[in-house]
Amino acid sequence: MSVEVSIPTILRTHTGGEKRVSASGATLQAVISDLEANYSGILDRLVDPANPGKLHRFVNIYVNDEDVRFSGGLDTAISEGDSVTILPAVAGG
Amino acid sequence: MTRYDSLIEALGNTPLVGLPNLSPVWLENMQDPHIRLWAKLEDRNPTGSIKDRPALRMIEDAEQRGLLQPGATILEPTSGNTGISLAMAAALKGYQMICVMPENTSIERRQLLELYGARIIFSPAEGGSNTAVAHAKELAAQNPSWVMLYQYGNEANSLAHYEGTGPEILADMPYITHFVAGLGTTGTLMGTGRYLREQRPDIQIVAAEPRYGEGVYALRNIDEGFIPELYDPDVLTTRYSVGAYDAVKRTRELVQAEGIFAGISTGAVLHAALAMGQKSLNEGKQADIVFIVADAGWKYLSTGAYAGSLDDAEDALEGQLWA
Repeated sequence: MSVEVSIPTILRTHTGGEKRVSASGATLQAVISDLEANYSGILDRLVDPANPGKLHRFVNIYVNDEDVRFSGGLDTAISEGDSVTILPAVAGG
Repeated sequence: MTRYDSLIEALGNTPLVGLPNLSPVWLENMQDPHIRLWAKLEDRNPTGSIKDRPALRMIEDAEQRGLLQPGATILEPTSGNTGISLAMAAALKGYQMICVMPENTSIERRQLLELYGARIIFSPAEGGSNTAVAHAKELAAQNPSWVMLYQYGNEANSLAHYEGTGPEILADMPYITHFVAGLGTTGTLMGTGRYLREQRPDIQIVAAEPRYGEGVYALRNIDEGFIPELYDPDVLTTRYSVGAYDAVKRTRELVQAEGIFAGISTGAVLHAALAMGQKSLNEGKQADIVFIVADAGWKYLSTGAYAGSLDDAEDALEGQLWA
């Protein structure tokens, strides 16, 4: 499964400044592993090293605009053409 | 009873109106299959937004606990609506009001705050409300006599919805299957969501979170991320991120098809509500989906969201805090 991943400014040091990169995998976990293979260091910025299997507290990832914490977390299934968006947590109000 | 002794008391009891044209299947007879959307018009509050509920509740709570004395100064980080609500109440009750607000908010919000007599301290656009919160916390530490009500962590915020918004919705729509609202301080979703789930355990509570332009997410490091203390993900069924294009598109559909002139964040909420409606349609289930119209469009006319092409509107909103 090939998907487009949107990278926030704060993580673009890992992608050579690229805003959007391609990655592949059948689950979000696999997509992130694929990202790590090409953009070393990004894994630890997304997944809490002290708590493997969980996203960093202030990192939100959306697959087709839905927050993955409500759709299976890192086990969220990925289909061809899905959009994956990574964003830091911000508030409103 | 529609007579009140002051504007502050004219809070809540807002109308719930159907969307016969935008609902996937609008049938008035409960025996017929239907997927209906219902808008709770929170712009019909004293200063024109849902934030009057938590703002007034937080002030009353602080008064009862003796934190707010006559002539006190209230400090609050806000992207606008909460500040406007607090400023109105402060003006009527004799408090001073200081808002810490990101500089990338609409001119109408600033003008209203100043009209109500509030002082505005601007925080940088980068980081949006996160930066405003951090700056307000610094100011509160430097000025211990100022009272920061702190909408992001004040239980009176969600309680206003638990005791107000939630019961009003259930009274008007006992068949409710979904509740959809915007996610900012999380107070609306936490309070209303908790109440509705207690009363209707199978209900789906859906958050629609605005997705801004890049600048708002330009934090220096990930630890500058912010999750309001009020937030409890267990209250939610799911959470959607909605960008400016979809939000503006739905905001315009709402006014064109149903006559409801709402703020841009409502478009994001409607987008998620329609997605829920489509899901119910696909699953062959009936649905009564209640969503929140947090405010009207007046405060956002200058943003460029209401005229021209959707692409132009999306470009115009880049870098602005539109929710």
